Amino acid sequence: MSKVLLQVSDLTMRFGGLLAVDGVQFDVHDDEVFAIIGPNGAGKTTVFNCVGGFYKPTTGVITMDGKPIHGMPSHKVAREGLVRTFQNVRLFKNLTVLENLLVAQHQHINTNLASGLLKTPAFRRSEEEALANAAKWLDFMGIREYANREAGNLAYGHQRRLEIARCMITRPRLLMLDEPAAGLNPQEKRDLQQLIDQLRREFDVAVLLIEHDMSLVMGVSDRIMVMEHGRPITTGVPDEVRTDPRVIKAYLGED
Amino acid sequence: MVSHIKNALIAAVMAGVIIAPVFGLQIVRSGMQTHLEPEWDMVLMGMAIVFVFQAFVRPAFVKVMGRGERKFSMPVLNDTSRRAMIFLLIAIALIWPFFTGRAEVDIATLVLIYVMLGLGLNIVVGFAGLLDLGFVGFYAVGAYTYALLYHWAGWGFWEALPLAGAMAGLFGYLLGFPVLRLRGDYLAIVTLGFGEIIRLLLINLYEFTGGPDGISGIPKPTVFGMPMVRRAPEGETTFHEFMGWQFDNMDVIIYLYLMALVLALVTLFVSNRVIRMPIGRAWEALREDEIACRSLGLNPTNIKLSAFTMGATFAGFGGAFFAARQGLVNPESFTFLESALILAIVVLGGMGSQVGVILAAIVLTVLPEVAREFAEYRMMIFGLVMVVMMMWRPQGLLPMKRPHVELKQ
Repeated sequence: MSKVLLQVSDLTMRFGGLLAVDGVQFDVHDDEVFAIIGPNGAGKTTVFNCVGGFYKPTTGVITMDGKPIHGMPSHKVAREGLVRTFQNVRLFKNLTVLENLLVAQHQHINTNLASGLLKTPAFRRSEEEALANAAKWLDFMGIREYANREAGNLAYGHQRRLEIARCMITRPRLLMLDEPAAGLNPQEKRDLQQLIDQLRREFDVAVLLIEHDMSLVMGVSDRIMVMEHGRPITTGVPDEVRTDPRVIKAYLGED
Repeated sequence: MVSHIKNALIAAVMAGVIIAPVFGLQIVRSGMQTHLEPEWDMVLMGMAIVFVFQAFVRPAFVKVMGRGERKFSMPVLNDTSRRAMIFLLIAIALIWPFFTGRAEVDIATLVLIYVMLGLGLNIVVGFAGLLDLGFVGFYAVGAYTYALLYHWAGWGFWEALPLAGAMAGLFGYLLGFPVLRLRGDYLAIVTLGFGEIIRLLLINLYEFTGGPDGISGIPKPTVFGMPMVRRAPEGETTFHEFMGWQFDNMDVIIYLYLMALVLALVTLFVSNRVIRMPIGRAWEALREDEIACRSLGLNPTNIKLSAFTMGATFAGFGGAFFAARQGLVNPESFTFLESALILAIVVLGGMGSQVGVILAAIVLTVLPEVAREFAEYRMMIFGLVMVVMMMWRPQGLLPMKRPHVELKQ
């Protein structure tokens, strides 16, 4: 039985005179893929930044599993199980692929200074677990052969996959993907769609997605919210949204 | 060949320009008067050497080296031979002072203090990427902690040492708390101010710290509770009496050297381990991308604070040792120039590279001592070294080679 995981109500974000997000309202269930679409500048990423704790919303309530998270600093939001990727990939470019995944496990491993200096058995065990965990995700993403390379030297498609792996290794409950298909070729886009499906099914993670690629959005989402000028126009299943005249108007303009 | 000659001519002229102010304008004092006495033959000779080298020696050298596409590379050491190498180096460092002169050991002790400070600052600047221009403030806190504890409460070095580190660490923590949300240049300015505040406080709290006069008569560290002095205070046995030796000042100097060596090795060990630990990885990740770190649940403030505190703690240890060695502390020792020197050590060595920092500490401490005869040109040489480094090796003497955790395929 699915229940509401993330609930956003009356979200407003004002930058000086600009009302970037105005009265946005939606909820994401714990087993669904929820997409936000809309023309450029509609305020999608701003919603993301508010939910992720990178902006402090002007008004509005955001709850995760009933617990209010608006106004929390972003690292605390992440610890509530809400982890995101970025529109332009933000890897630790000079660290190796493997180290990227180790850093992401920081909150789960033994970070005690003394036990690390003395290399106690507990410390070694925790490091080995972290390594094994990283290896598992590298295998899953099919990038294990690049484990010891610097992340910045990977092909763009692999960087995208690594960024998703880095999120997943923190064991999130809600994965937020900000335009994950941007810059990918058609084959990689199909792989991405498969990946999102698989993550949701195998790892009990809900997905909140911003995307411009319509075939991906329509193929992978359970529900879609359409935004324009900071306001939500409509929310519904893909087929409703596809035929909604207001959506068509927003994208193509009036004649 | 023609191009070689042309290159060599340009190089020779450049060399002349550089050498001329040094040798060309010798100031000679005769009686009450001073006058310039240019030594043009020296300048010409220098230019000639550069010319010959550039025109003939270097092309020949390149020709020989270029044959067979051979390139020099550092020998790669495996783990066992590296360990053997380290032990050998430590052994040499341990034995060496017994076979050399007093001045050499003294300089070596100074080098070791700077190694300790350099490695401490390396944690902050090299690993965590936080530009700290007030590092000497923590050094001063450490030194004055021992000095004041001795002056007001009669504490000995060994009792005061942990507290000196802790105190400097505490100052690092307290300063870090409000300022670590600043970035880059802003952080540098605030830390610079902090270093100055500490110094000015030390000058102005006259009643407490002795102001500009500082505190003197600070005792040297004891050996297992036995002081190393010629005549023992009432009821105490000195170390040389205990051993049945004649008192020799050299023993004290060697003892201080060995202690500095131990402290520097501890610093090296800790910073070397820490960078391989989760916290070290978090420092590096934070240096790369703070927003990504936050999005993964890492608390940037805590991580930066840990780097700042740890760096400051090592500076505190260094400071306490410095106070014990000098026997005298005053605010003059903790000026901004000192911060700049420590930072120069880190940058020159290659940010984040521990071996590089050690090497740079040696270069920057020994060079001025060696060049004492032309002390007037010390700053010029120092500047020249810096300029040359930034032109040809901006990444430092031995750039950081990150310790990778490898995943076996």
